[in-house]
Amino acid sequence: MTTIAPPGTGGRTGRAGPRAGGHHRTGHRGTRSAPGSGLLFVLPFLLVFALFMVWPLAQGLWMSLTDSSLALRDTAFVGFANYAEAFGDPDVWSSLGNTVFFTVVSSVPLVLIALVMALLVHTGLAGQWAWRLAFFAPYLLPVTVVTLIWTWLYQPDIGLANQLLGTFGLGPVGWLSDEAVAMWSIAALTVWWTAGFNFLLYLAALQSLPSAYDEAAALDGAGAWRRLWSITLPQLRRTTALVAMLQVLASLKVFDQIYILTKGGPNGSTRPVLEYVYDVGFTGYRLGYASAVSYLFFALVIVVSLVQLRLFRRED
Amino acid sequence: MSATAPTVRPRRLPGRAATGSPLLLGHGRLPRVLAGTVLAVLAAVWLLPLLWAVATSVQSEQDVASPGLSPFKGPFTAEAFRRILDRGNVTLWAFNSLLIAGLVTVITVTVSALAAYGFSRGVFRGRRALLGVTVAAIMVPPQLLVVPLFEQMLLFNLVDTYAAVILPQVVAPMMVFILKRFFDGIPRELEDAARIDGASEFRVFRSIVLPLSRPIVAAVAIFVFIGAWNNFMWPFIVTNDPDLMTLPVGLATVKDAFGIQYAQSMASALLAALPLIVVFLLFQRRIVDSVATTGLGGS
Repeated sequence: MTTIAPPGTGGRTGRAGPRAGGHHRTGHRGTRSAPGSGLLFVLPFLLVFALFMVWPLAQGLWMSLTDSSLALRDTAFVGFANYAEAFGDPDVWSSLGNTVFFTVVSSVPLVLIALVMALLVHTGLAGQWAWRLAFFAPYLLPVTVVTLIWTWLYQPDIGLANQLLGTFGLGPVGWLSDEAVAMWSIAALTVWWTAGFNFLLYLAALQSLPSAYDEAAALDGAGAWRRLWSITLPQLRRTTALVAMLQVLASLKVFDQIYILTKGGPNGSTRPVLEYVYDVGFTGYRLGYASAVSYLFFALVIVVSLVQLRLFRRED
Repeated sequence: MSATAPTVRPRRLPGRAATGSPLLLGHGRLPRVLAGTVLAVLAAVWLLPLLWAVATSVQSEQDVASPGLSPFKGPFTAEAFRRILDRGNVTLWAFNSLLIAGLVTVITVTVSALAAYGFSRGVFRGRRALLGVTVAAIMVPPQLLVVPLFEQMLLFNLVDTYAAVILPQVVAPMMVFILKRFFDGIPRELEDAARIDGASEFRVFRSIVLPLSRPIVAAVAIFVFIGAWNNFMWPFIVTNDPDLMTLPVGLATVKDAFGIQYAQSMASALLAALPLIVVFLLFQRRIVDSVATTGLGGS
């Protein structure tokens, strides 16, 4: 049967769980643990949570209101000066633009290609194990490994990409050195690297769809395409909403592969906003300003998630 | 994965492949061949970079540098691997990665499972509020914390220590949430019996809830491990000492030092990728299951 939900594993129990566990609390009062219990269990988590999440969040917010610097130890409160400066900083706007551009050109194929992969694998062709491995394996690779491999593929003279173009009689492309091309190259790498995760989400969703509608439509004579458009894809809408939302949030946060591949170059054309934060904070030592920019970015991320939530709610 | 997805499994039709919806393709031969071809092309595109890297890693630098599309331009040689391993750093970084990812996994899973149990079964003031804050924290991009966390590590005098790499990574609200949802689903009758017999809460957690949750705990552990192994930005920022670097950070810092020695670059990339490929091959089913169960995971 499917590998998604073999009997007796978390796959099934987890899904059925919340329903099975839907007891009324009152019915258990007699045997429930004493008031106050359970706090001890939560305590270690609360400790690390407060220390490494709440503290830095609060400190970052405070730092964004100061001229805090890595070089100088004494800092002064500057109010919203950092934020005002950020709004007038062309580098903030251009790196934000790069981030949004990357998010668009990576998210769309990352959702569509993953969907196509899952639909094709779900047709039940032989070799399930091998297809899954082929599509998911890149997702397991550390970012450095991915960038090492693609630096080699994008190598100008003897790299695979240009050599393949050569066999079709096309001239070489400056994959990472041409300002107009570099961000596309990084998006292609990212699609290759992470499509496998979305693919698994879609595959899991497909395998848990009830087949009754599909069978009924088939009996009524609906063709394969018709059923794909009218039954399967509509059934996948919630999954698509989730995948798209996670993907947009992940793409907005792009930093690692760009930093290693191009350091934001050529000429700032691939620098995302998080790299600008890094550059300002750790190379320029302006931690206060870097914090302000990252909090502005966080505000943008929250707005984008809220907009997405609303959009998908309305569709339902 | 939608919250309302039913547990219905695809019905198995006799004489068809075990997975998937055989109806999707109809009964014609052509759609099958077509779908198979598209799938094969996609898979080939996805595997090509990996195969190209493998082929490059087992040739001499001279052969690699000569033009030509043939993946094997010269005789097979393990020279690149030998050089990488001789340099010593890579094995040290691999050890660091293993140690750091291992400790992050053990601590994160322990702390998260305890918290999830407390949130699921506990009765204490502020439980709902704390849970709400934990869930909201899932939204926080980790990159936002990098600058203040670095300041904090300076303050604690922890920069360039294992502790600095490990500690901030053990906060995993998402994992707490996933585990709590699972614990919520375990029927309480079993525990109640134990409680009546006078078992302590910890005993109930340890001897009843945890054994029943082994699959989800394993899945969470795998995702935490993959995340920690692949984490780049934080270890990169908080370590300067090459002896403390993890594999991804170490490889990134010497990338330029390799120059155009692509055979060695590919060999080191493959060495760094190996442990996770092994983990995937060992736990493939569990990883797929856990994505299906939680709908989430990874970084």
